Amino acid sequence: MDLTPIFLSLKLACITTLILFVIGLPIAWWLSGRDSIPKLFIEAIITMPLVLPPSVLGFYLLLAFSPQNALGKWLQEHCDIRLVFSFEGLILASVIYSLPFMVSPVKSAFIHLPGSIKEASYTMGKSKFETLWYILLPNIKSSLLTAAVLTFAHTLGEFGVVLMIGGNIPGVTKVASIAIYDSVESMQYANANYYSLILFSITFIIVLAVFVFNRKSAKSPLE
Amino acid sequence: MIEINIKKSVKTYAGTDLIEVSASFHDLRITQITGPSGAGKTTLLKIIAGLIKPEYGKITVNKNVWLDTSTSINLEPQKRSVGFVFQDYALFPNMTVTEHLHYGSGDTQYIDRLIRMGRLDAFRTHKPKHLSGGQQQRLAILRALATKPKLLLMDEPFSALDHVLKNNIMSELKVLFEELKITCLVVTHHPLEAAGFAEHSFELI
Repeated sequence: MDLTPIFLSLKLACITTLILFVIGLPIAWWLSGRDSIPKLFIEAIITMPLVLPPSVLGFYLLLAFSPQNALGKWLQEHCDIRLVFSFEGLILASVIYSLPFMVSPVKSAFIHLPGSIKEASYTMGKSKFETLWYILLPNIKSSLLTAAVLTFAHTLGEFGVVLMIGGNIPGVTKVASIAIYDSVESMQYANANYYSLILFSITFIIVLAVFVFNRKSAKSPLE
Repeated sequence: MIEINIKKSVKTYAGTDLIEVSASFHDLRITQITGPSGAGKTTLLKIIAGLIKPEYGKITVNKNVWLDTSTSINLEPQKRSVGFVFQDYALFPNMTVTEHLHYGSGDTQYIDRLIRMGRLDAFRTHKPKHLSGGQQQRLAILRALATKPKLLLMDEPFSALDHVLKNNIMSELKVLFEELKITCLVVTHHPLEAAGFAEHSFELI
């Protein structure tokens, strides 16, 4: 059995989670501040992948990054980047698709922290960054872990978006979920079963680890 | 001398209330601020600390302007050298007693002294959730003092302490204030609570 699709899925999930951890935290921090109309608008856009059929998102990304259209053409001519049917395209699509899974739990955790602990830190002469680093982030550790795991697991299970933008190129864009579909299509049920069992085991172990880690620090393990 | 002249409208269930304060507080003295619920005592302390900005007003502390809305001066809370004891304690759940104090100061001897003063010697490695209400309140007082502030703002700081402990801590605080030249404003619901502690009184109506 070819394990490349499993490694590709794991690689995609790791890179996506890492990127979203870096860009998702500041976004969640910013969104947790005072409400404003632009903020509501941006939050609605970030949340869209939660409710939008993945094929719709994949279709528009495919259109946007196709070398036949303006953005895709510009990226190819000026930056030598081709996003459709490439692993880089999968990463971009996954980052967009999984963004709400990183931002929502972290934003919610920031909002639920008492405002007075932030104020107490400020009156002790600490800057906003020091307060974030030493006070706020350590107190939302369980939510950070949950967000990272949800993002990872969600990316691992992507199908619609991945198929639309990446296609089914072995060793490049053929991730585990596509490999399962492909195996079923070609009646190779044993292969489909292997891939499925491996994905099932990986996600189960990850979710179990979160439950164990968060059992004391959160009211609900997926908080 | 701390001179305050501010106007701040606050939203309440009944609509909007205007908090208007014009007062002078003595330097290097302890002043208790009393008044009915909703009079704006906590808001006043937060305005002095720079945590809330009023619509209009001016605050000067020993002739240094901390706030002047007419010239858009508003010193950040980090630069005011203010200690704040919050009514809800606002302790950091991730830090132990010692870590709370080290977050504000690197002076180990001074921190040891504060811990002894707060009778928290046996609880140095405890996090807030493992402390009683009274211990948490004492830690909140000590943390506010950790940075050796010039002005200490205390919001109902003794409400969870028993009579004997309260009196002991009050007298030790007075010695420390004298030594570190700290001016103190204490908000209290009960004028008698700070009796023997405060030297001046101001009533917010």
